Amino acid sequence: MAEDKHVMTMLVDNQPGVTSRVTGLFSGKGFNIESICGSPTNDPNVSRITIVTRANPPVIEQIEKQLRKLVNVIKLRSLNGPKSVRRELALICVHAKAEQRAEVLRIVDIFRGKIVDAGLEHFIIEVTGEEAKIQAVLNLLKPIGIKKLARTGMIGLIREPK
Amino acid sequence: MMLTGAQILMTILKDENVDTLFGFPGGAVIDIYDELARTDIRHILVRHEQGAVHAADGYARASGKVGVCLVTSGPGATNTVTGIASAYADSIPIVVLTGQVPTHLIGNDAFQEVDIVGITRSCTKHNYLVESIADLARILKEAFYLARSGRPGPVLVDIPKNIASAKTDFTPPGEVRLRSYNPTYRPNQKQLREVVRLLQAAERPLIFAGGGVILSGGAAELTHLARAARIPVTTSLMGLGAFPGSDPLFLGMIGMHGTYAANMSASTCDLMLAVGVRFDDRVTGKTDTFARQAAIVHIDIDPTSIRKNIPVSVPLVGDCRISLQMLNEMTGATAGSTRFPARGEWLGRIAEWKQAQPLSYHQGESIKPQQVVEKVYELTRGEAIITTEVGQNQMWAAQFYRFDHPNHFITSGGLGCMGFGLPAAIGAQIACPDKVVVDIAGDGSIQMNIQEMATAVQYGLPIKIVILNNGYLGMVRQWQELFYGRRYSFTRMNHAPDFVKLAEAYGAVGLRATRPEEVEPVLRQGLAERKPVIMDFVVEAEEGVYPMVPSGAPITEMLLV
Repeated sequence: MAEDKHVMTMLVDNQPGVTSRVTGLFSGKGFNIESICGSPTNDPNVSRITIVTRANPPVIEQIEKQLRKLVNVIKLRSLNGPKSVRRELALICVHAKAEQRAEVLRIVDIFRGKIVDAGLEHFIIEVTGEEAKIQAVLNLLKPIGIKKLARTGMIGLIREPK
Repeated sequence: MMLTGAQILMTILKDENVDTLFGFPGGAVIDIYDELARTDIRHILVRHEQGAVHAADGYARASGKVGVCLVTSGPGATNTVTGIASAYADSIPIVVLTGQVPTHLIGNDAFQEVDIVGITRSCTKHNYLVESIADLARILKEAFYLARSGRPGPVLVDIPKNIASAKTDFTPPGEVRLRSYNPTYRPNQKQLREVVRLLQAAERPLIFAGGGVILSGGAAELTHLARAARIPVTTSLMGLGAFPGSDPLFLGMIGMHGTYAANMSASTCDLMLAVGVRFDDRVTGKTDTFARQAAIVHIDIDPTSIRKNIPVSVPLVGDCRISLQMLNEMTGATAGSTRFPARGEWLGRIAEWKQAQPLSYHQGESIKPQQVVEKVYELTRGEAIITTEVGQNQMWAAQFYRFDHPNHFITSGGLGCMGFGLPAAIGAQIACPDKVVVDIAGDGSIQMNIQEMATAVQYGLPIKIVILNNGYLGMVRQWQELFYGRRYSFTRMNHAPDFVKLAEAYGAVGLRATRPEEVEPVLRQGLAERKPVIMDFVVEAEEGVYPMVPSGAPITEMLLV
């Protein structure tokens, strides 16, 4: 069965050890995490964890059931398809000597990124978007030379009814 | 009212109707023990913390109540891990209270400090570190609620020493409410109607019952349904007792050491009503050949059990007892009902399978372990609570003792934990003082928690330990015989204690039988004793458990006697 990328987001109790329960479940049961992002929400008692995983559909079903079974997981939703908005932020530090600076700036401009740090031989670029967009920027910057890369992993929300 | 943490603990234990604790004191729980001595809660002093957890487990299974144990921090806590994992695998409601170093020392590698919450995260239903005395009462109430509700399981509460001794203004906690935890007890009505339709239409239906039926208290409902709808029943190891073992509709256990009739029926049935099971690999064998002709209805309170190993046609999330009760109401059927087909042909085929390959063994010059179990059954009239160790002794107990009642077979099913049976028998005997409690053991596994003999003697618990002594770690030896060219790599127990003398050294009674004709007299004498007894049966050394399905093979590929 084909393994698909799957994004799931969950509201969890904002308590110590909850992230460890979630990640421990993945490692203990042999599921895989491609990215994980956790942060507080507008409710101080609740945090949101968003996980990207890759698995075939029955395994996805099992992962979701297992996560819902955790006492600290309040609510879990899938974030796939057009009914949700997904974003990721990347900070990319690139080599940028004089002859490459214009090219880098052009790429940043095309993807509506921002330069957040600049030096004589580097830029740090901030880009947000869906995974495909981040990947596209990285593909273009790669030949110029990526020094360092940090990505937040996917976050997302389900769209409200129109 | 100003109370210490230890006093709050006692208050909540009373509130939860806990009258017995299994435990072992230590530095981090000394304040709790000091308070415990002022209450009328009975404390059973075990000889090893693993014994405390297995005893609480046995107590829970025999009584249907939550078992509770109390141990200290560090090694006390780590010694509970195997017992917790066993209770988790079998969904047994226990609460494990562990002491912890004072909060200001946590993380300092303090004396007897371990991160027991971290260690047990994956083998508890849930666990807590109490960080403030203000949370203690609520956490304890939640622990009991979580342990017994939904799919039951072990819950651990780690209590730092300074929280046990601190004082706070105590107000009784309200009812437990957890927004993220709401087990589904009542199944979907529409799905149930579909089940009724399938039950009425099926020509070759089979009920496959598991531990969930017993845990939910649904054995009577299951028995009613099976008899009314004339459906034969097989069970998993954990399900033994969910349906009367002496009923003609009973096929015996399914799976690796299941009966011929049960395994053939599972592979031939057109409808399998699976209730409170999780399709363990020891049940299914090769999964893609399991029950291939059947539509499978799967009732379980835990959604993760459904479609985990086996695809099912009708999933039903709900409590087993409630679901079965609703099915009985919807069919309105009673025994002999005409609402269901007579199923004469199907029942006839099953009778042929039963007759062709019944559970059997060849009686020779030496004692056969099966013979011992049969005699135990006969002499206790099937009314004893049987605990087991793990391995051949466990399988022979499952095969040759016919369990007519739920909560009478207490075994470490999922984890398969040697050393379980003796402490579990202690717990069961405390829960049911008027019952005969027999631990069917092997000479290997009895030595894994033999120290609990002292506990049994100290509290005058008349448990009966039947050692099927073959001088081997028999189940592994059997695999080596069958699949590893008879290379008995380290399965020979060359040296064992003299179990009769050992029993006497503990202050118990020790008996031995070495010839078949001695089996009955020794059992009679041992069962009549009012003290703990070890009965050492020197049995045929290389007897095997049959039928046997090689690991990973279809369950129809049985090696027979």
